[in-house]
Amino acid sequence: MSFWEYANPRRFMGLSDRLMPPLFLLSGICLAVGLIWGFFFTPDDFRQGSTVKIIYLHVPSAMMAINVWIMMLVTSLVWLIRRHHVSVLAAKAAAPIGITMTLMALFTGAIWGQPMWGTFWAWDPRLTSFLILFLFYLGYVALWSAIEDPDTAADLTSILCLVGSVFALLSRYAVNFWNQGLHQGASLSLDAEENISDVFWFPLLVCITGFVLLFVALVLLRTRTEIRSRRLHAISLRERAA
Amino acid sequence: MIRLLTRDLRLAIRAGGGFGLAVAFFLIVSILVPFGVGPDRATLAPVAAGILWVGALLACLLSLDRIFATDHEDGSLELLATSPVPLEALVAVKALAHWLTTGLPLTLAAPLFGVFLSLPPSGMPWLIASLAIGTPALSMIGAFGAALTVGLKRGGLLLSILVLPLYVPTLIFGADTVRRGIEDLGPMTPLTLLAGITLGAIALLPFAGAGVLRVNLR
Amino acid sequence: MSGDGLLTLRDVAVARGGLPVLAGVSFAIAPGEALVLRGPNGSGKTTLLRAIAGLQPVDAGAIEADPDAIAYAAHADGIKGTLTVAENLSFWAGLFGTDDISRALSAFNLVDLADRPAQALSAGQKRRLGLSRLIVTGRPVWALDEPTVSLDRASVGLFADAVRGHMEMGGAAVMATHIDLGIDARELDLTGYRAALPTSGAFDEAFQ
Repeated sequence: MSFWEYANPRRFMGLSDRLMPPLFLLSGICLAVGLIWGFFFTPDDFRQGSTVKIIYLHVPSAMMAINVWIMMLVTSLVWLIRRHHVSVLAAKAAAPIGITMTLMALFTGAIWGQPMWGTFWAWDPRLTSFLILFLFYLGYVALWSAIEDPDTAADLTSILCLVGSVFALLSRYAVNFWNQGLHQGASLSLDAEENISDVFWFPLLVCITGFVLLFVALVLLRTRTEIRSRRLHAISLRERAA
Repeated sequence: MIRLLTRDLRLAIRAGGGFGLAVAFFLIVSILVPFGVGPDRATLAPVAAGILWVGALLACLLSLDRIFATDHEDGSLELLATSPVPLEALVAVKALAHWLTTGLPLTLAAPLFGVFLSLPPSGMPWLIASLAIGTPALSMIGAFGAALTVGLKRGGLLLSILVLPLYVPTLIFGADTVRRGIEDLGPMTPLTLLAGITLGAIALLPFAGAGVLRVNLR
Repeated sequence: MSGDGLLTLRDVAVARGGLPVLAGVSFAIAPGEALVLRGPNGSGKTTLLRAIAGLQPVDAGAIEADPDAIAYAAHADGIKGTLTVAENLSFWAGLFGTDDISRALSAFNLVDLADRPAQALSAGQKRRLGLSRLIVTGRPVWALDEPTVSLDRASVGLFADAVRGHMEMGGAAVMATHIDLGIDARELDLTGYRAALPTSGAFDEAFQ
């Protein structure tokens, strides 16, 4: 059986129905374990104190903010090339989750930044990149909601996603270039792999796993909703024509 | 294709102020900014480059939605799509016409407004160079955005939301060229990158624009 | 269904707004022929003509025609009000590489109006200008959607003459119209090709 058969809406509905409960359960366990472990059973950082513990929310949400966009790029490409409706609906379903993740990364970053840098916001390249990413998500969602015909909307948003990806990448490097003089270095932007020891790393890994699983479960759930609303749309069209 | 360009330019002239409106807007922005931040040279000079670039960008944005909208309303766009001109060329020519009516006049007028904003003289050549090289990218990206929103009611506002994030790299490199030019910190680097964006946009976006036009005309 | 047909449709199905409109439409037009599409509003005439013009894809079947053979005219004439009649026509003539507008001007009795700005024309005059564009395209197949809207009787006569002249020169036309033009044309009633609504099914019913 070809991998693409899962792109058949009926097969997708069947499979996602079976996959969702264990995914939600697993992600719940991972998040509970990771967050409790991280918050209560890790030592305070010698320099940053207990504020460091926000990384268990900040780092996974920031990672997901970028990964969700990449997933949307891939599924949009699949739609443009192979015309699988489920694929583009998954991209549509993922966008609001991506927005939430981006906002979460920005907010947790601001909360963390206040005691550390003495300010909620700085035009640090990384922060700025996330703000720009947020704008791209916003445009993508706005375009979906502005177009009535679902297939037209799917085509246009997919092309916007492709073009947007190129420009998002360009912006990322442009922003680095623009503010490299003020960039405060890894000690403040916290490259997890380099800076933190295993004590923090393992609960963080559990949290990241939890976020990924939660995202997959939510995308399945929202894609199912999109498929149903698409079906409703088709039925109401038919009723009106009959 | 030259016919298409001359028609668009002729339409812009006949419609009255086709060339002037963007420049007038640019002028007003340049006059209003000192009212906002104060007349002090020391305050104005450091931000002049950025204001001029943001002003040019907004002036450019103003006329974007007309690129395809008028042709869509009177049915020309459908007829053009069924004509021998490829849609890719149509998008490119429309962007060129937009640049000739907004980007080029803005570039030529910018030094004058630079004086209003106390832009240091050493930045002038870089301002002209960066606008001359950067505004074609603004028109090309804008033509893509206009093609994307051509069939929509209230497309104008959506167009700004879609296009402005795409303008970020152009703005950064453009304004940075002028800033570095003033301080003599190697303005060629951002200028080259800016040229890269413009060339990339001209090479690729006509295809994306034609793709979305085809979808919108369906 | 001979090979020398200018335009051949085989089992064409088209949809509008996500709903199938027509299915199984087949016909062929040879040089010198005209086909009039009949059917009440909403029967799919415009959709079919747009598909023939290449503006929208077909759901099934095939439309066989040289893509550079079809000249399409829709409800909107694509006239720029600030340009004169002659300038409007010259633009299209140049775009299609024919450059001669005098025949089109005289065919639709526009010679006296040639230097007038198009925005000063009446609705019927604009329509004549829009139709004269067909002549300057130099293309053999005219696909016309309600070409006689807002034309008076004399202008309808001009239009019928233009179509007849086009057919005599080896051209062909397919048009949707309600009035009788007095042209020797076949008729195709589209009501017989109304597509069946899709039956209610499983989750993939919304996605063909």
